Amino acid sequence: MSTNGNDVAVIGGGLVGASIAYGLARKGSRVVLLDEGDIALRASRGNFGLVWVQGKGRGRPEYAQWSLRSATLWSAFAAELAEVSGLDVQHENKGGVLLTLSEAEDRQVRALLAEIGSSAGNMRYEYEFLPRARLEKLLPGLGPGVISGSYSPHDGHANPLILLRALHRAFVRSGGRYRPNYTVDSIRGNADGYRIEAGGEALECGRVVIAAGLGSGRLAALVGLDAPTVPVRGQLMVTERIAPLFKVPSNLVRQTGEGGLQLGYTAENAGYDTGVRSDMLRDIAWRCRTAFPFLDRLRVLRTWSALRIMTPDGFPVYDESPTHPGVYVAACHSGVTLAAVHAFVIPDWVSGRPLAPELGCFRTERFNVQEAA
Amino acid sequence: MFRKRRDADRQRVRIVFDGRTIEAEAGATVAAALLCNGVVAFRDPVVSGTSRGPHCMIGACFECLVEIDGTPGQQACLVPVREGMSIGRQAPLPAVAP
Ligand SMILES: Cc1cc2nc3c(=O)[nH]c(=O)nc-3n(C[C@H](O)[C@H](O)[C@H](O)COP(=O)(O)OP(=O)(O)OC[C@H]3O[C@@H](n4cnc5c(N)ncnc54)[C@H](O)[C@@H]3O)c2cc1C
Repeated sequence: MSTNGNDVAVIGGGLVGASIAYGLARKGSRVVLLDEGDIALRASRGNFGLVWVQGKGRGRPEYAQWSLRSATLWSAFAAELAEVSGLDVQHENKGGVLLTLSEAEDRQVRALLAEIGSSAGNMRYEYEFLPRARLEKLLPGLGPGVISGSYSPHDGHANPLILLRALHRAFVRSGGRYRPNYTVDSIRGNADGYRIEAGGEALECGRVVIAAGLGSGRLAALVGLDAPTVPVRGQLMVTERIAPLFKVPSNLVRQTGEGGLQLGYTAENAGYDTGVRSDMLRDIAWRCRTAFPFLDRLRVLRTWSALRIMTPDGFPVYDESPTHPGVYVAACHSGVTLAAVHAFVIPDWVSGRPLAPELGCFRTERFNVQEAA
Repeated sequence: MFRKRRDADRQRVRIVFDGRTIEAEAGATVAAALLCNGVVAFRDPVVSGTSRGPHCMIGACFECLVEIDGTPGQQACLVPVREGMSIGRQAPLPAVAP
């Protein structure tokens, strides 16, 4: 058989590819997951770990809805992963707080949330600016530099490294095959599907999902899809471990399951450079210690950066090739938040069902609308 | 558990750990001095319920953090002992009130 027994090949073993591959395998598809080696650029190994809805989807209510849908599915998703992989991804869904540190930031966030909330239609989109005392209960140690904090019950967090590990393990335990060091060069049609070449190797499969992070744009172009992605660097740091303190994560600080406080983060155009810069780390530290002055007493253990996968408008891309039917692309930021819909919803579509109407706005055609002269 | 090879000419200093005076060789790190005196639990449990002690001894793992002369967050494996130094377990949670 010329598909090598592979119903689907998923290209890219980061959070997006691994979520979709697991989702396909759990429904009984025979899936091979193709990935690069250890030195690959992987946002999935350096991110902040928020499962986050608040503030997302300005100008695109479908994105707010998609994020909310995923956040809502996350508990069931985490429970299933625990059962199949034996790993606890430390998911918590007790809400999250968006903190502001100046009057200007406070005004911006209020306007942003009001706009998203009013465009939400009949979607359940809840947030509330909490009085100081309630904020301090959720986030002990809150300093006088905090102007406001908006709480949303939709938000939460997870350990993104364990998540990636759990997805890979659950995928393999569900019958999937993982092929590392398999950097795909080309995708060509053949009689029964597609032939995928990597270096000197090749394999055949019925359908293809391109979920290769920053490598997706190049692969999508091979099948006639315009899915440009650019790197946006984020620098982070983590402190020494302390006893559990924060009840919920915030946009500035997240206490990990191991006790460390993760401090975030920058968003910069730095090309493919994954270094850190002391001036920017200082800014992160300054913002976070303004919010929580006790951070002055903690040691920073580690700093790092990772590259976000950004589309031109910041919203996800889901599309099927017009020239190569059965070849799909999925590229997005917020792959932790969206992991649940990638595992539970997207697999139906890449198995041949039509893309749900509410996801139609995520097709690539939006990037080549002709500008009026 | 750990014993330093005898080195008769090395000067000895006295340090205090958790109120107990112990002797250490001048030039040793705090972590080495504590280990040679049978102290393996440097810190109370933070999250896991098991006490923590030095793991790497080269400044990378941050498991040996102690409070030295009132300053928390010191890496015992990197700081040399000094006569009269006072070392304490650091609280699992720092004082957080702003
Ligand atoms: C600093 C930072 C903070 C973030 N914080 C959050 C957060 O709090 N919450 C959240 O939801 N999201 C967050 N994100 C986003 C999240 O990390 C990403 O959306 C997610 O990791 C993207 O996963 P991915 O699989 O698309 O990409 P990646 O993790 O980059 O993986 C892409 C994979 O594709 C492989 N690949 C590429 N080209 C090829 C090829 N030709 N052949 C085979 N394999 C290939 C690579 O080897 C790699 O393994 C953050 C990102 C950053 C950088």
